Amino acid sequence: MTANARENILSRLRAITMQGSFVVPEAPIIAGLMLSREERIDRLRRMLETMHAEVRAVAADGWIEELKALLRSRSLNGLLYAPATPLGAALEAAWEEGLPPLVPYTAPVEECREQLFTIDAGITSTRGAIAESGALILWPSVAEPRLMSLTPGLHIAVLEADEVFNTFAEAMERQGWAKGMPTNALLISGPSKTADIELTLTFGVHGPKELVVLIRF
Amino acid sequence: MAKTKDVAIFERNVAKALGDGQLRRNLRSAMATLSQRRRTLFADAEAFEQLRAQGQSIRRRALSQLPELLEQLEQRCTANGVQVHWAETTTEANAIVLDIVRRHGATRVIKGKSMVSEEMHLNHFLEEQGIEALETDLGEYIIQLDGETPSHIIVPAIHKNKDQIAHLFHERIPDAPYTEVVEELNAIARQELRGKFRAGEVGISGVNFAVAETGTLCLVENEGNGRMCTTAPPVHIALMGLEKVVEKLQDVPPLLRLLTGSATGQPITTYFNMITTPRRPGELDGPREVHLVILDNGRSGIYADPERRTTLQCIRCGACLNHCPIYTRLGGHAYGHVYPGPIGSILTPQLEGLNEAGVMATASTFCGACEEVCPVKIPFTGILRMLRNEAYASTESEHDVKGHGYRYTTVEALSWKSWSLYNTSPALSRIGIRVLSRIVQHLPMIGPLKEWTRTRTPPPFAPKTLHELAHQRGLDDDR
Repeated sequence: MTANARENILSRLRAITMQGSFVVPEAPIIAGLMLSREERIDRLRRMLETMHAEVRAVAADGWIEELKALLRSRSLNGLLYAPATPLGAALEAAWEEGLPPLVPYTAPVEECREQLFTIDAGITSTRGAIAESGALILWPSVAEPRLMSLTPGLHIAVLEADEVFNTFAEAMERQGWAKGMPTNALLISGPSKTADIELTLTFGVHGPKELVVLIRF
Repeated sequence: MAKTKDVAIFERNVAKALGDGQLRRNLRSAMATLSQRRRTLFADAEAFEQLRAQGQSIRRRALSQLPELLEQLEQRCTANGVQVHWAETTTEANAIVLDIVRRHGATRVIKGKSMVSEEMHLNHFLEEQGIEALETDLGEYIIQLDGETPSHIIVPAIHKNKDQIAHLFHERIPDAPYTEVVEELNAIARQELRGKFRAGEVGISGVNFAVAETGTLCLVENEGNGRMCTTAPPVHIALMGLEKVVEKLQDVPPLLRLLTGSATGQPITTYFNMITTPRRPGELDGPREVHLVILDNGRSGIYADPERRTTLQCIRCGACLNHCPIYTRLGGHAYGHVYPGPIGSILTPQLEGLNEAGVMATASTFCGACEEVCPVKIPFTGILRMLRNEAYASTESEHDVKGHGYRYTTVEALSWKSWSLYNTSPALSRIGIRVLSRIVQHLPMIGPLKEWTRTRTPPPFAPKTLHELAHQRGLDDDR
């Protein structure tokens, strides 16, 4: 039944394109956003905050202390982290009593589903951010799996201040996305939200209820 | 002339929708809010026009090389480890999904929002096969609980207010307390669905853009349920209409901005999820199998005609619904088909045939709001007019729309022929006016005349035409 579907569909379409009756209007050249480093960070911060993310500017050497203070102020059952990343190594080196336990994500999801869906917080790195739309870029990897930024109620994302791009198009271009895409690439602009009931905006539907962004200077 | 079935059903639906005060109130505030948010985001009219022109160009360019791009998409996806399936009809698409689900011995699928799956009536089909299909987008979840279909392509439960949802949750979800607080309703759904995500066997999603260059499937969402459905289960099935393909990754940013901005006035959604491969060796999560089903279901027929083809530019933002004076008063259900509003009115008659849905093309005032807000500049009014003509085109169907001529009757055709003759012959029309002005007052009030005069007083028939009166005042024909 479906064996010929592909050929049938494609040959119908090809027969039509052969007739050449297509008009493609020329696209205008749009000058994208061109902001300075400070302006980019400022805009990103503003837009993330509008979407209820909490943004903190932190010093490159003092960020862990900031993180600890943030975690101490909440009662969390654990912090999911990726041990085989520089971020993970830094966390292990600095961890101490009184903080939520560090929980490494090292087993396949099939073996730790329960834990992934019940842990309170997760921390990930980012691959930069986009000033125009106020979004973080994440490329989950072998070391830093996909669910880390999805199942915990609190997602903490660490961003380097030097990696804030003007636009999505610029990020793709500069990072050479077309040369090889990861399994999953993500843009994240805040905690999970919905407006499906009377367009009333509420946060924390199926994904994280909170997003904290640490911008490292 | 006798009413065709589609007309009779639509008239009944319209009367019901217009008489539903609650529905009217729910819709009015929601549609105004969505339109306002869009206007605020695209406040710079000049910049928006440029972006629209870009969107239109990207979509037209993709359509101009559709077969090549689909082949390229298939080739890249296959190389990436994604299994590609083709379906000519929704029946075939359903069978493909069922086969995958069965092969994994799954008894339940969890679904992200997908209009193509609605077009396939997939949930109904799967339930018939003993497989539970659970909608996880909050809006879709709400209407599924109530046994309804979406009334809007972006905000599917917009016809319901929180009181109605409060009752629904309390009655249908075990142990759910009664609450009208939106945050609490939201928390009930989160709680209920988390368990399902954890146990999900097969995840099903739609596709917003499929990038031929890299074989990447893009999904736009706010809730995170789409990410759950495409990440947590061991199998992911993505469903797309064949028009969803774009050429390059660089085509995505402008379309994404146009889509989220036009839909809800957001500069971007919470999540933009780009999926290129199944779980790679060493990776700890993500589905081990990813399937892409490419559906035709009449689209290649639409593609054949240069005018009709513009319908396929659509990126399903729903802006035409939010701005339509008909949709905003009726809501989606009155249209009686999966895709409502202006986009439904041009798409559905072409997909299902005029004889099934031709009446939808009459659900327009020709105000052109849809055309004005469309982010990819679909010429709605032209297509609507063409579809209306096609409904009466028995033999001379220029555009060959399925079911054309379904409203053609010889009586009506003859009437219009006579009318044309009458109006092009001055002698004939002079006599006609004279006769009419004498007898019209005494005509029996039957048929449409009766209908029309039921609530109106018949006006006296003028003895002279406007044309004659103008002549008397010394106006000549050229001014």
